[in-house]
Parts: sequence; structure tokens; C-alpha cells
Amino acid sequence: MRLLIARFGMGLLTLLAVSIVIFSGIKLLPGDFAEATLGQNVTPQVAAELRTALGLDQPAIMAYWHWLTGVIRGDFGTSFAGLGSGDSRPVAALILPRLSNTAFLATVTAVTAVPIAVVLGVLTALYRNTVFDRTVNFMSLGAVSLPEFFIAYVLVLLFSVIWPLFPAIANISPSMPFSGRLTASVLPSMTLTFVIMAQMLRMTRAAIIGVLSAPFIEMATLKGQSKWRIIIVHALPNAIAPIVTVVAFNLAYLVAGVVVVESVFVYPGVGQLMVDSVMARDIPVVQACALIFAAAYIGLNLLADIASIVSNPRLLYPR
Amino acid sequence: MRFSGKLRAAPISVKVSLLVIAAYVVVAVFAQYLAPYAQDQIIGDGLAPWSSVNWLGTDDLGRDVYSRLIYGAQNTLGIAFSATVIAFTLGGSLGIAAAIVGGWGDEILSRIVDVMMAIPGLIFSLMLMSILGSSVTNIILIISVIYSTRVFRLARSVAMNIVVMEYVEFAKLRGEKIGWLMMREVLPNIVAPLLAEFGLRFCFVFLNIAALSFLGVGIQPPAADWGSMVRESASMISFARDDFQAAAMPLMPALAIAALSIAVNFVVDWVLHLSSGLKNDG
Repeated sequence: MRLLIARFGMGLLTLLAVSIVIFSGIKLLPGDFAEATLGQNVTPQVAAELRTALGLDQPAIMAYWHWLTGVIRGDFGTSFAGLGSGDSRPVAALILPRLSNTAFLATVTAVTAVPIAVVLGVLTALYRNTVFDRTVNFMSLGAVSLPEFFIAYVLVLLFSVIWPLFPAIANISPSMPFSGRLTASVLPSMTLTFVIMAQMLRMTRAAIIGVLSAPFIEMATLKGQSKWRIIIVHALPNAIAPIVTVVAFNLAYLVAGVVVVESVFVYPGVGQLMVDSVMARDIPVVQACALIFAAAYIGLNLLADIASIVSNPRLLYPR
Repeated sequence: MRFSGKLRAAPISVKVSLLVIAAYVVVAVFAQYLAPYAQDQIIGDGLAPWSSVNWLGTDDLGRDVYSRLIYGAQNTLGIAFSATVIAFTLGGSLGIAAAIVGGWGDEILSRIVDVMMAIPGLIFSLMLMSILGSSVTNIILIISVIYSTRVFRLARSVAMNIVVMEYVEFAKLRGEKIGWLMMREVLPNIVAPLLAEFGLRFCFVFLNIAALSFLGVGIQPPAADWGSMVRESASMISFARDDFQAAAMPLMPALAIAALSIAVNFVVDWVLHLSSGLKNDG
């Protein structure tokens, strides 16, 4: 229990340190930033407004404290878009509707990718060094090394242009029914499934093979039990810990993949917002998106660690 | 077995991959002599079909697609390679130094690296690009600093096993400076894992830069680059049913990225397998 709390505290501490890194990034801003973002004929008043919005007119520690307390209350500052004209929007209002869209995409992906990866991983471990195992391994090594947008466009070519089954543009909106949102998210989540499944599959296979070399498996084999009974009754319960860890760890890869995939399919999520804001150099929005993605990433890694602690009694009750 | 012997015994996928990598290097180095036109030269009408003059047609601005693909190899690979080299120089030397010095210096460096690695690479590079702005120098700087953290971890952990050896202890007692310890005592003994890591990191750096360019914040026009070529012609894919050549426009640069990445991964996988001493996993 103490280990769990320590690990959780470590995660929070990491998040705090990451927030310092993300915030202090603005100290690297070039001096002519206001001109570079808002064009040559920026008025001194707007430039001053920009500096205030970034907290560059205060000492760094004060500005960070101001930003952090704002973030904790859910206030991420004001977007640069429309600055000076008086109709700039709060960052939180921009992000909030998109956050649920991204969460929807990630959930659909996880629900499809995890079972497929675990089943394929178990099967390849069971029939290792057969043609089936080699084919799956070859393909998963290929899938690990492919860029997300390549997979995305091949899927668009196949399932949207040649056989028009699913839309190539996943421009979902809150007014759409659930089934409509699901159909629109098929291609993006299929792409993400490919991206995260390969690694998950390879690590599941390794975990099962590790368990299969244990003495109690040999004992079961010598008792003459069937291959399937050994897998289901003896191997799987002991492999669940490493598998859960692998799954949580690999879900963290979703974080980077989602940015590219949302951009390909014009999916209105946080990733696309981040890319648009990077191009417009809308720093407050970029910082907020970076913090959200980093928090998700740290959270999933924390989950992986907690899963491995909880499933291992030796770690849960240290002497 | 010597290396040439191991190479001959390598699976066919590794041999093909090595050939593919060699071909990419040749194209990247000699792009000027291989490309019929300059990368930003407008040679005719936009979106011309494939012909004997423009082998792969022209893009929407009337630039030769074949020439741009060749120059893309030079730009994309050149930037990725220099970023990886800088990342290894920076992360490698800091990692080895941290292992030798130990104590507070090591502790502080390691904690900084931990924090930086808690931010996904693509997200971190996107954020820094928005602050510093897009330019080739900035891409190389940002990517190399981000990926040097991964190199630092590996270099530090393998160097840790070396610094406790008697000969390092002896060199220290002899009064050698840290530069000597790093270059002459530790580095020669950790070259092998670092080299395998180099291939793997190059792949990640290359994919990260391609993703940045694809998202429109990486290498800027008019320089030809595979990631941005995919982006610029992406909408053409919807004509695939009537016009195969149009659909090929975004797929060719994407395939160029994919093929190199797969080839490097196969070779790295094989090298790791060799060095782990396993004949047959499982």
C-alpha cells in the first residue's frame, strides 16, 4: 500500500515538474514574437496585451504560480486568436468540447485494439515459430515502423475511395447520433488500432512465452494436460500482470498517434486543435494541449505501474 | 563468426533492407546529379500526367514530382541524420560523464531527463516549434535535444557497468582527466549497444520529423520534403477510382518514408538479436 501511495505521489510530482517545463518554454520566445505572430503592423498596445497574457510582465515565479493556480481551477488563460479586437475566447472553452471527442476516439480504439492484440499475442506464443507466428511477427514489426499517416491514407484508399464504406473525413459534431459518430470514427480508430496493436501484441507474446518456461507449466505438461487447459488455467492467470502492464504502457502511444490521425481525418479533437494552434503560434492553447497530453501520458504510465504492483503480491506487501 | 559471415547467414529480409538503406543513402548524397530538375523549379503546367519528360508528372504548382522525391531524400534524411548525430553526441557524452562522476551531478541530470521523457516526443517538439518558429535549424535543435534524453538514459546505464571495472579505477588513480576516461576507457566498451540504438533512434527521429512536416510545422516550402509532399497532395487520393496517377501522388512520398523506416527496423531487430546471443527466441 505504501508503495502505491509513493508511486502515485511520484506521478503527481512528475506532472508538476512537467508543468514547469511546459510553462517555462515561453522564456525561449524570440524578442520579436508579437510582430512575428500578429504581423508587421501590430500596435504597441496589442503587443503589451500579448505580454500580459503570457505573464511576461511579471517575475517568472509569480507568472508560473498565477498560471498553475488558474490551470487547477480549469482556467487556461485566453487564446491569442482575436486578441486586440476584444473578442478573444478563453482556452478552456476551446478545448472542452474537443476533449470529449478525443476521449471518444481513444476509447473506441482501446476497446477494439486491446482484445485483438491480446488474443493474437496468446495465439502467436502458443504456435510460436510456425508460419502463423512468423507472418504475424513480420507484419507487426512492419506496422510498428510505419508512419501513422501512411496507414491512414492506405485505409482511406481501400475503405473510402475504392470501396466507399466509411467517410474519409470524420467531422463529427455533438448533434450526430451515436451510431453516426461511430461510423465516422471507424477509419481514424482503425488507424490508431494498427499503430498501438503491433507493440502490444509483441509484448504480450513475450510475456506469455516467459510464463510458459516456468516450472509449473512443465509440471502441467508432464501431468498430460491439454495445450488449451495449460494456457487458460495455468499460463494466463500468471501472465495477466505483465499483459495489463503492457496494455496500459502501450495505450500511452495513443497520445502521439492521435495528433497525426486527427489531422488526417479532420477529426475535431484536441490533437487537431494543438496542430492548428502551433501553426497560428497561439501559445496559451498550445501549452494547455501539451499539458493535457502530457497528463494523459503520465497517467497511463502510472496506471501501468500500479497494475504491475497490484497484481504482484510480493510488491504489494513489502517486508 | 566474423561480420561478413554473419551477414551471409542473415535472413533475406535483412539483406533486402540493407540494400534499400544503401540505395536511400546514394540517392540522398547524389540528389543533385540524379534529379532532372531543381526541387523548386516550375517546369510547366500543374498536375501534368506521367510522361517521358516528367516521369511521375508535375505537382499542383508545375514542379517535377520525380525530382522532388529525390531531393526529398536529401532534405529529410539529411535533417534526420544530423539531428540524430547531435542527439548522440550530446546525450552520449552527458550520459557517460554522469556515470563516471556520479553523486549530485548524476542525480540532477537524471531527474531532468526523467521529466523531459514524461512528455511525449511529438507533443514536446510541436510545443517548442510553436514557441521558436519553424526553420531547419530549429527543427534540428529541438529534435536533437528531445531525443538526447533517450540516448542519455541508455549511455548512462551501459556506462554504469563499465565504470566499476578495475581498469577504469586504475586510470582514475593514474590521474587521468574525465575526457580521457570518457573517450578511452568507457566509450570503446559501449560502442556496440550505442550503435544499435543509433539505428533505432534514427528511425524515431526520422518519423518524428516526417510527422512534423506532414502536420505543416516541419520543413517549410519550397524545399522538397516527403512529409509535406504527402500533406500537399493528400486530397488527390479521392480520385483513385478514375485516376491511379493522382492517387499515387500522396502515396509515393509516404511509401518512401515507410520503406526506409521498415528497412532500418528490420536491420536493428537483427543486430539486437545477434548481440543478445539468442539463436531462436521462444
